[in-house]
Amino acid sequence: MEHIRTPKVEQVRLLDRFSNKSTSGTLHLTATHLIFVESNADGAQEIWILHHHIGSVEKLSLTTSGCPLVIQCRNFRVVHFVVQRERDCHDIYSSLLRLLRPVSYEELYAFSYNPKQNEQQREEGWQLIDLGAEFERMGVPCDQWQLTDVNRNYKICETYPRDLYVPITASKPIIVGSSKFRSKGRFPVLTYFYQEKKAAVCRCSQPLSGFSARCLEDESMLQAISKANHNSRFVYVMDTRPKLNAMANRAAGKGYENEDNYSNIRFQFVGIENIHVMRTSLQKLLEVVGTRSLSVNDYLLGLESSGWLRHVKAVVDAAIFLTKAVTVEGASVLVHCSDGWDRTAQVCSLGALLMDPFYRTIKGFMVLIEKDWISFGHKFADRCDQLDGDPKEVSPVFTQFLECVWQLTEQFPQAFEFNEWLLLQIHEHVHSCQYGNFLANNQRRREELQLKDRTHSLWAFLLSEGQNYLNPAYCHTYADSHPVLEPSTLPCHLKFWRNMYHQFDRSMHPSNRQLEDTIMKLEARLQKHGISPPPQTPRPPKDQRTLLNHTRPHSLILGAPLSLKEAQHQEEVGEEAKKCCSDTERTVEGSSGSERKESYGDLQGTYGANVEPAVVSLEFGVARMTC
Amino acid sequence: MEFSEHIKTANVEDVVLRRPFHPPMQGTLCVTGHHLLFSNRDGDSSRLVLLLLRNIDAIEKRPSVSSGTITLKCKDLCVLQLDIPGMEECLNIARSIEYLSSLDIVSDMYPFFYRPLKLSLQDQWGLSSPEQNYAQMEELQDRWRLSHVNKDYSVCPSYPPAVIVPHSIDDETLVKVAKFRQGGRFPVLCYYHRKNGMVIMRSSQPLTGANRKRCREDELLLQAVIDGSGLGYIIDTRSNQQAQQARMTGGGFESKSSYSCWKRLHRQLERGKVLQESLIKLVEACGDHSHSVDRWLSKLENSKWLSHVHTALATAGLLAECVERDGHSVLVHGSEGTDATLLVSSLAQLILDPNTRTLDGFLGLLEREWLLAGHPFQHRCAHSAYSHARLRLEAPVFVLLLDCVWQLARQFPLAMGFSEPLLLRLAREVYASDYGTFLCNSDQERCAAGVKERTHCLFQFLLKPSEREHYSNPLYEPTELAIWPSIQPQSLQLWRGLFLRWTQHAVHLEKAQEELRNLVIECRGAS
Repeated sequence: MEHIRTPKVEQVRLLDRFSNKSTSGTLHLTATHLIFVESNADGAQEIWILHHHIGSVEKLSLTTSGCPLVIQCRNFRVVHFVVQRERDCHDIYSSLLRLLRPVSYEELYAFSYNPKQNEQQREEGWQLIDLGAEFERMGVPCDQWQLTDVNRNYKICETYPRDLYVPITASKPIIVGSSKFRSKGRFPVLTYFYQEKKAAVCRCSQPLSGFSARCLEDESMLQAISKANHNSRFVYVMDTRPKLNAMANRAAGKGYENEDNYSNIRFQFVGIENIHVMRTSLQKLLEVVGTRSLSVNDYLLGLESSGWLRHVKAVVDAAIFLTKAVTVEGASVLVHCSDGWDRTAQVCSLGALLMDPFYRTIKGFMVLIEKDWISFGHKFADRCDQLDGDPKEVSPVFTQFLECVWQLTEQFPQAFEFNEWLLLQIHEHVHSCQYGNFLANNQRRREELQLKDRTHSLWAFLLSEGQNYLNPAYCHTYADSHPVLEPSTLPCHLKFWRNMYHQFDRSMHPSNRQLEDTIMKLEARLQKHGISPPPQTPRPPKDQRTLLNHTRPHSLILGAPLSLKEAQHQEEVGEEAKKCCSDTERTVEGSSGSERKESYGDLQGTYGANVEPAVVSLEFGVARMTC
Repeated sequence: MEFSEHIKTANVEDVVLRRPFHPPMQGTLCVTGHHLLFSNRDGDSSRLVLLLLRNIDAIEKRPSVSSGTITLKCKDLCVLQLDIPGMEECLNIARSIEYLSSLDIVSDMYPFFYRPLKLSLQDQWGLSSPEQNYAQMEELQDRWRLSHVNKDYSVCPSYPPAVIVPHSIDDETLVKVAKFRQGGRFPVLCYYHRKNGMVIMRSSQPLTGANRKRCREDELLLQAVIDGSGLGYIIDTRSNQQAQQARMTGGGFESKSSYSCWKRLHRQLERGKVLQESLIKLVEACGDHSHSVDRWLSKLENSKWLSHVHTALATAGLLAECVERDGHSVLVHGSEGTDATLLVSSLAQLILDPNTRTLDGFLGLLEREWLLAGHPFQHRCAHSAYSHARLRLEAPVFVLLLDCVWQLARQFPLAMGFSEPLLLRLAREVYASDYGTFLCNSDQERCAAGVKERTHCLFQFLLKPSEREHYSNPLYEPTELAIWPSIQPQSLQLWRGLFLRWTQHAVHLEKAQEELRNLVIECRGAS
């Protein structure tokens, strides 16, 4: 690789960001990964970081011990290396800068990733999710809704999929007219059909209404949506933006529906902030929780001032509004924001998750993401910064959606077939660019890239190890008694998602050897059940290693409601967990100066006013005290 | 005493009871000496709601012309409402509740009247005596002895009759040491670490006073504690400044010059009024159902409750670390040695000692470190978070302990032999109980009031086969290892089970937990 000048640097120290613990080892730079191998003889820890996961690399000013290199990853891993020679550090730094900013899709990992599948398996993987079948499951086409071929060649709207569902009464001229009156041509189409009440959830982008423009075709389109539902005389139009933002858009010739022009609509703002606010909010949150020796008060105040949970609440509240309108009132709802691919995707998919138990299964959840996010053109490439692009386009909209789902799984432990680990894995791979599913911004571009021929599907991989993602508390009959979920958005029910934002911070999780102990016992118990723990996975070829090297967060085990969960995860925890156990074992038993800092004595600064000699000696583990 | 003179209206018909998770119910309300009884006959089925008057923390009445509404705010944080026809009746009942819920003569309290069929007063009261505890720990017997110097509670009124002290220290010395420590609470052993023979001692502050008084015997005793290792730590649960200030009122700390082999570490744990106010603010925040996230977070922060949880766990971690990782003995005290001291010493034992993590072991720990060690339960738990009464000696130290234990159990779901329902039950019983266990302020008072003869023991009851099942953790896997909790703020959570128990949403979670529990038990049964 022409970009790699120094493929290997020895005697690099890896600092833990919350304690003064450090380990030393060797840093390897490959075409796809940055790898740190601890130089500890037995059970050496390895950290594999995919280049695509790296969000930023920063070289800090030289210190006496070497040249610090801080790498922030999109999966919220933060690693802090200290490289002895500045030259080496600079080489790595400049190589990474180039590697983490691929300029063309072909450079992405998905095009070189080869999981040793044959062509047939690969193709089957892509056929697992069939959106046509999904609309059939909902009961569409039916007497009121039909499949239209207007977008067969992506002519009407290039960010929409080919297959679109519209009211029977919406003729082609109406569709074409409406699409011209909507930002980016994203005219109202069906995304979810609530069969029980024949109520539809439709989505679109904002109208180009400016201060006074109207479009008769667009008005007819909404009329058609309204007419397709005999249960309700009107259709809700949900503008998911804050009113102020929508009004500001009018000056740019865009805006929102004027209730006087559209007959039978009920217009409603729900006030979710835009991608820029969300980006800043998450940045603030990460800054707060990344602080060392954070006090409880600063943590809570920081959580508040970041506004992150407030935004999460706004999204869930909007989904609840949508769900109530559809399931209780039986009204159809049209959801839009500005372009209809961020907030609209969040609200439509979360609403469907609340309304339809199918989406709460593993397969159903994949279908949901495929439908509302991938096919309807959420700009994954821009939002996740897959190619070197405009930093202003980057935003954690999808992460936020996953978090909303997580908040729901916390509130309804029995309602979801999948567990937190599935959400974390999806998040991991949205950024890994290892599979073709999330590459590019829309279906049209994906077809141009021939992703189905040249890359693999994440869904196939996840389904193949589906047992890892099963929620032991899932109750099949729960859907019968609770077909529609009614979550609480009381602020006290929203939690900080530690396993997402601190997944890789080992010192954040309770440390002890107990984990190892537990794993051995669980293995024994599994054997009693007649399940033999899987044989230690043979060392996989290098390019597959990433998968296995995602350390399963300790807390997933420790915070789990049930050890069954662990039992089911046994396979996956396997080797890696043992590795980290032996690592923590050292931490517990060790009394070296650097490790000492991790101890509770560390908190001195926060609570005691003055540093006393006693504490200092304790911190540094000096066995003898000088009095 | 006759309760009936305080009950003007004993029965009211057509009362409507509103309580969380249930539709309003119409029925008959009846006031007795210790209970509110609400019964509703609906066709053939009759339902009965029984509320211990002691559980009522605050009562608010809103009488109107022909009826009245009484809101009952309970110590278990539940809020009930009674709509009573007739203003007169309403006022009478409110008056009875006000009086009867705040009886302060121990022998009038309900445990002295509670006589269930399944229990007998002849049953053993308490789990174990200091003698039995000592006899069980053979390893320490060559260096430590059981002293009966306090057999008539004359040396230290808040200590049990027998305590464990270094072998080389005789009773006379102990009497002198007791005079040098507040409330006579001389240093006694509370935990022996088998792995390295180090111990945790606890006491109250030394009475050094403004002119730095010394006590030869006290120094001797502490010297005897660290005879082998030569070094020890003192964890003072006050800040350095607070400890200095305590000298002005006759208290103080172990100075370096007099206790040259001991290192003092100061960690400021809140107690008393500050802690009570923290609980009040927290409960107020949890009851505020406005929909602003910012407001909730700032109220949660403002209550400081999680900070107290954090400090308690951090200090306990430090203590455990001194013993296990540094290999030194530790003396813990604050001022009186009956609150923060016990909190820290019991949490450290949970971290270090697997025996305290079983159901029996945990209740045993509470008996040793809280009941026998003289935590003044009656003072501390007279009122909970809703009371409008002026704060006196109330402080939710024990609730804070339970919260910290819950945090430990959440971080180590397999390490504890007991379950969250046990912690919740204890949090309720400590304020209002059918049992005598948490009555009075010390062992001495309990003996004097005849608690052990005339009431039933909660701990014994919880260990009965019928109850044990419910309070055990089906996931329990004993481990010999220390459990080091993560104390980063991100790792601490609000104890929803306790503080948000009565919000509408808790039902889903409780149901799920129950089913999970059954699932695990089923799986266990199958294997």
